[in-house]
Amino acid sequence: MGKLRTHLRTIVQIVFTALTNGYAAGFAQGTIYKGTGKLVCVPGLNCYSCPGALGSCPIGALQASLTSRTNKFPAYVLGFLLLFGALFGRLVCGWLCPFGLVQDLLHKIPFPKKLRRLPGDRVLKWLKYFILVGFVIVLPLTILDIVGQGQPWFCEYICPSGTLFAGIPLIASNPPLRAALGWLFTWKAAILVVLLVLSVIVYRPFCRYLCPLGAIYGLFNPIALYRFHIDEDKCTKCGACQHACKLDIPVWQKPNSAECIRCSDCRRACPHSAIRTENPVSQRCGARKRPAK
Amino acid sequence: MNFVRRNRIALLVCVVAVLCLAWGVMQGQEQTVFRKAVNICMECIGLG
Repeated sequence: MGKLRTHLRTIVQIVFTALTNGYAAGFAQGTIYKGTGKLVCVPGLNCYSCPGALGSCPIGALQASLTSRTNKFPAYVLGFLLLFGALFGRLVCGWLCPFGLVQDLLHKIPFPKKLRRLPGDRVLKWLKYFILVGFVIVLPLTILDIVGQGQPWFCEYICPSGTLFAGIPLIASNPPLRAALGWLFTWKAAILVVLLVLSVIVYRPFCRYLCPLGAIYGLFNPIALYRFHIDEDKCTKCGACQHACKLDIPVWQKPNSAECIRCSDCRRACPHSAIRTENPVSQRCGARKRPAK
Repeated sequence: MNFVRRNRIALLVCVVAVLCLAWGVMQGQEQTVFRKAVNICMECIGLG
């Protein structure tokens, strides 16, 4: 049971990735799923051009809505983002995101000098907000082509998830696409390779510094239905939680930090069981156990 | 009632989210997302 608990998050990540990217025919035939599942956004950064993708990427869908020639206010996609954020916050990042899973698995590879953070971490962690505002919202809305249409700047110039899960499989199985390769693919592949290598050395570099979806969900961490609570009567401020946290968050001070991906390493490390999760199930069970006044 | 009070902001955001989804569907925005998602996104795969 102990081993299952330790690996539960990885199991959930793998199962969810398989479920949301289960269109095997896409990989076999070099095509993508065209069914009604793509009306719905999945919670994580999951490129809809992945051959296996059964749903839509929320960041890709957000840019598609912003660059639409009709209605610019992306109410539909905003609804998904608000819903996932309010329910889960960055639990999505820690448990449901395919690219998060890739980074987690790479970080398990031994390396002589793992870093707890990159140099310039304090400034770098704000970069994801700049990418969200600049590449996901402003540039698609303002830089228009000759027919008045914007481009998905984040997807086109940055997203490593699209390169890994969509670009590489589709190009590998489609000779006409291979013939169209140019500098853009080289640029995106370089970004992907740098991030994959960095993932071995530092934990989740993309999530910490670049992911616009994580930037959005992080804003919900303090108020989401799933959040952490520190029992002040039990907490001795020993710092065991921060030491266990691979993102180096002082959990005892900031249990609902916008950087926290809810991996729960801190909860397992706390010698006093002072870190509790607040979620609808535990709150309702707690209410039932309390005697009536 | 305690659950609602402790999570009032999250529940309010959930209500707003559902309203946004409904409004988006009324505007036909789900079709915008669908049309983009069922065609190979050349920008996403690095072909521009």
